[in-house]
Amino acid sequence: MAFQILLNFFIAVVWMFMSSSLTPSTFIIGYLIGLLMIIMTRRYFSGRLYIWRIWSALKLTAIFLKELIMSNISVLLLVIKPDLSTMRPMFFAMPTELEKDWEITLLSSLITLTPGTVVVHVSDDQRTLYIHAIDVDDVDEAIDSIKNTFEKAIMEVSRG
Amino acid sequence: MDLIADIIIVLLVTAGIVFTIVTVIGILRLPDVYTRAHAASKSATLGVMSLLLGVFLHFWWNEGHFSIQLLLGIAFLFITSPIGGHLMTRAAYMSGVEPTKLTIGDDLKEAVIEHRKESNKNTPDDK
Repeated sequence: MAFQILLNFFIAVVWMFMSSSLTPSTFIIGYLIGLLMIIMTRRYFSGRLYIWRIWSALKLTAIFLKELIMSNISVLLLVIKPDLSTMRPMFFAMPTELEKDWEITLLSSLITLTPGTVVVHVSDDQRTLYIHAIDVDDVDEAIDSIKNTFEKAIMEVSRG
Repeated sequence: MDLIADIIIVLLVTAGIVFTIVTVIGILRLPDVYTRAHAASKSATLGVMSLLLGVFLHFWWNEGHFSIQLLLGIAFLFITSPIGGHLMTRAAYMSGVEPTKLTIGDDLKEAVIEHRKESNKNTPDDK
């Protein structure tokens, strides 16, 4: 992916030299031409076209912002509830399929900032995350919702 | 146009203050360190972030000054605060702070006991 972006930049710079005008607008035109060339020759590259990856990163950001606001509203509602003894906190284990370090770090940051969950411990083999949930009705449901939103979105970003 | 800008800025700053107050109430009311970490790591982040965003938009739209430091502040807060929350809860758990009585399940306890056993076996007892 990084290689495709670098190549695209390089083509844009070459275009700037060829038209001998070093302005931002020439750079943008050259960048678009380079993008077109990469799209036409994309079967020589391993991995997806890099725009899809950027698109899925943007989608991940959007999901995340939505969840962040939802989680804060749920904490707000929980904190102003008159009777706190109905709350049911719990530590639960969640298996994860992510492998690279940065993916796990990203996943645990996202979990920590979203509805009612804080990551307490990552197991040594990095296959399990131990999460503290503030008010859990159903553990499987909580795990499923994390898996379906964040883990899938992160996988979409990282897998070619 | 100015009116809309002002409405957005006021809304952002108000939301920031409300979430910061929620953090304080949460830290005072919640029963144990783990549930308090929820309030501290989430509401404080969003609260300070929307405050900074409101200040950023005010200086951009009303004063014509585009402040990159504020954007950087938002980004750094975003990266560091969940890790702070994680490290505090983890340190509390590993040093044996008891969770509240309301806690209905604890998958982590067995894992930690298992891990302690393993590491005791591997380190020679030279005391």
